[in-house]
Amino acid sequence: MDFAFFLIQLLNGLQYGLLLFLVASGLTLIFGIMGIVNLAHGSFYMVGAYLAWSLSSLTGSLTAAILLAVPLTVMLGMGLERLLFRHLYRRDHLYQVLLTYGLILVFEELRSVLWGDDTHGVAVPALLSYSIPLTDNLSYPVYRLAISGVCLLLAAALYFLIQKTRLGMMIRAGASNRDMVQSLGIDIKLIYTLVFALGIALAAFAGMINAPLSSVFPNMGSQVLIICFVVVVIGGIGSVKGAMVASLMIGLADTFGQVLVPEVAGMIVYVLMAVVLVWRPEGLFGRG
Amino acid sequence: MNTLPFLVAGLLALFPLVESTFYLQLLTKVLIMAIFAMSLDLLVGYTGLVSFGHAAYFGLAGYAIALMAPQYETVSLWWSLPAAMGVCAVFAFVIGTLVLRTRGIYFIMVTLAFSQMLFFIFHDTKIGGGSDGIYIYAKPSMNLGDVQLLNLEKLENFYWLVLVLTVAVYLLLHRVLGSTFGRALLGIKVNEHRMRALGFPVFRYQLASFTFSGALAGMAGYLAAAQYGFVNPEILSWHQSGAVLMMVILGGMGTLYGSVIGAFAFVLLQEVLSNQAWFGIAAKHWQLAMGIFIMLVALYLPQGLAGLLQRFGRKPVVEVADE
Amino acid sequence: MSNKQQPSGAGAPILRTKGLTKRFGGLVAVGDVSLDLYVGEVHVVIGPNGAGKSTLTNLLSGDLPPTSGEVRFEGRDIAGCSSDHISRLGIGRSYQKTNIFLPFTVFENCRLAAQSRAPNALRMFHRAAGYAGINRQAEEAMAAAGLTPRAERIAATLSHGEQRQLEIAMCLATQPRVLLLDEPLAGMGPNESQRMVELIKGLTTDHAIMLIEHDMDAVFALAHRLTVMVNGEVLESGTPEAVRSSPAVQLAYLGGEELLHD
Repeated sequence: MDFAFFLIQLLNGLQYGLLLFLVASGLTLIFGIMGIVNLAHGSFYMVGAYLAWSLSSLTGSLTAAILLAVPLTVMLGMGLERLLFRHLYRRDHLYQVLLTYGLILVFEELRSVLWGDDTHGVAVPALLSYSIPLTDNLSYPVYRLAISGVCLLLAAALYFLIQKTRLGMMIRAGASNRDMVQSLGIDIKLIYTLVFALGIALAAFAGMINAPLSSVFPNMGSQVLIICFVVVVIGGIGSVKGAMVASLMIGLADTFGQVLVPEVAGMIVYVLMAVVLVWRPEGLFGRG
Repeated sequence: MNTLPFLVAGLLALFPLVESTFYLQLLTKVLIMAIFAMSLDLLVGYTGLVSFGHAAYFGLAGYAIALMAPQYETVSLWWSLPAAMGVCAVFAFVIGTLVLRTRGIYFIMVTLAFSQMLFFIFHDTKIGGGSDGIYIYAKPSMNLGDVQLLNLEKLENFYWLVLVLTVAVYLLLHRVLGSTFGRALLGIKVNEHRMRALGFPVFRYQLASFTFSGALAGMAGYLAAAQYGFVNPEILSWHQSGAVLMMVILGGMGTLYGSVIGAFAFVLLQEVLSNQAWFGIAAKHWQLAMGIFIMLVALYLPQGLAGLLQRFGRKPVVEVADE
Repeated sequence: MSNKQQPSGAGAPILRTKGLTKRFGGLVAVGDVSLDLYVGEVHVVIGPNGAGKSTLTNLLSGDLPPTSGEVRFEGRDIAGCSSDHISRLGIGRSYQKTNIFLPFTVFENCRLAAQSRAPNALRMFHRAAGYAGINRQAEEAMAAAGLTPRAERIAATLSHGEQRQLEIAMCLATQPRVLLLDEPLAGMGPNESQRMVELIKGLTTDHAIMLIEHDMDAVFALAHRLTVMVNGEVLESGTPEAVRSSPAVQLAYLGGEELLHD
């Protein structure tokens, strides 16, 4: 493996990992703060991708599609939190799993009704549609770099939001002591709605920006969901930092696995998870 | 234990006299799913372990029979069924040692992830014919020496075999749950911490339950693969795990008979919703109605149909009472 | 094990700790605690809330692993062993917050506890109800705790005091030699308290008991030895009389009067 090839795989791995982080951080935040396990989280990734495809074929621009779709998914998240998830906060995980599993079926079927069962490609925005030559016959697409950059920016914003702002402080307090926060007169319901919408929007946004690379297809949501479970298990539930570290680990392990040992590549992430379970069952950054 | 289960089994045994094709096959499927659901109820309802990856054992046994059967020939039920269940037990034991290090929500995610690992093994490699799967051309044989005891190619014979096994699993689990082992499992479900303080090696009990449950799920998977005559990775997809969990909840967890009722209700509902003669174009999107139904059950029927029965003054929801 | 004989009629201590310490991050919850338990004696540990008494119990029962120090049971170091292992060795505990199987009957609670000592408990096909030995053990424990008339009641429907009694009965059903009782009188009325004190007194002959308690009447009715903990450390330890008259204890914790005139 020469250096340029290695560099490409490294960048791909990081890009995949950062994208996973967007989805997994929402999953882990929603669990950590609201105590809800959301199997349907991957469905929002799918919804984002399909919105990007349909709106960009409508408007002719992926950028415009994303600008339209993000507010839509935020509203979807807030609506669902009010309608459905609010009833689940104090329920057993078993019922959360069941309800959100039902939600997956609903989303998949609605997708089938509205958008059909075909695979669709989405065009890379013209502005980013070129590659940087690395050697005579290897080059790297700028769009992938752009995705990594955007993900990094969002990760930094998330870090800032949680660690440095008043809202973030309330979020962190809400995670550790719901009753205390409520007794301080903070509207915990509003915080939950916001956190849920934020998590959903992050997942959907990941689906949107990745649509040109992965294309848009049925069941794309469950694929990403299960990998995100692995990320959350490795990183530790509720830990955004853990989600970042684990996402990058998985992204790199999977990408290099596909190249070096393609026969068993599909298993690598699960082996990684098994190792972490033996070593630190509560995850790398879990509260032991 | 009362006589009702035997009465129901007796009536079911007469069914082939009334109907010999479509509905008989459907009922065979229901009973197979009932075995599958009872095996999961042992975990969810009696040990307090919510597994979202139970299809792994169901599917693994399906692949086991497909790979053990010589092409175009029958394989003997006598050794292939125990072998398939044994494979599942070993796999469940290994996975169990890993997943039982976790609790609650971790456990749900980790069981799902490991079953998905198995899915990708069969999907991405050539072991089991990749995503196309493999055909099982002949039903298993039940011979004693050179004499054929039962020709399983006949629908009613296969049905009776499945019925006998369903009853056997029900009785076996009933017995196990009434044993000291079963009591300890319920204790673990109710208050794991206290069980440990009382000196119970909780992990060993859970692992035994997990392994046993995996083997029983394997029995169901073996029968399902034999019934349909082929396996593909869908047999261990997470939708299968979701469906069986739904059956357990719908029926009422922690009641063995609830799992049987749940399997009946779920399979029949699936059949009705996807009936094109009744619902036309909507039948194609039956999963939509199913999804909404599942959500409604999760919200409004947490104790399942058995819970409804109990509300009308019938059996206790958890069969812990002394016999 | 140390060769130094303790000045006690009971011979060597059955359970002894040396330098037992538990830190949570920077906080020292239990610091350098050394104490001995003898069969036939009640060793009472008192101290203000947050003094580390419950943490100490958790260290002895294996619910928490100690950061350092040793716990010796009949000479064997058991520090860091799992709680189920320690329980099987013969150290039983009750919990400050009632910790029972609420949906089960009183008898079923006790039977489950007794069953933990059965050699073949992992057998899957023997009817639980058929084990005469286990049933007898459970019945004895129920009788000892005075719960026989309540045998078929669902634990969740018992009064608070009865639930505390059940807590002890379950502990007894495991036939321990050491009993760690964490505030068994918490939340009890005077009559119930009195009954519990009698119960504990009756258990003293063939058990070594560590009792954590706030009720001073009960403390002085039961204690053979008294240890006062403050901020995770032992302030004073000895006979009740010696501790009662210790100036350090009076100053730091007992606030003098109520104890002296008690």
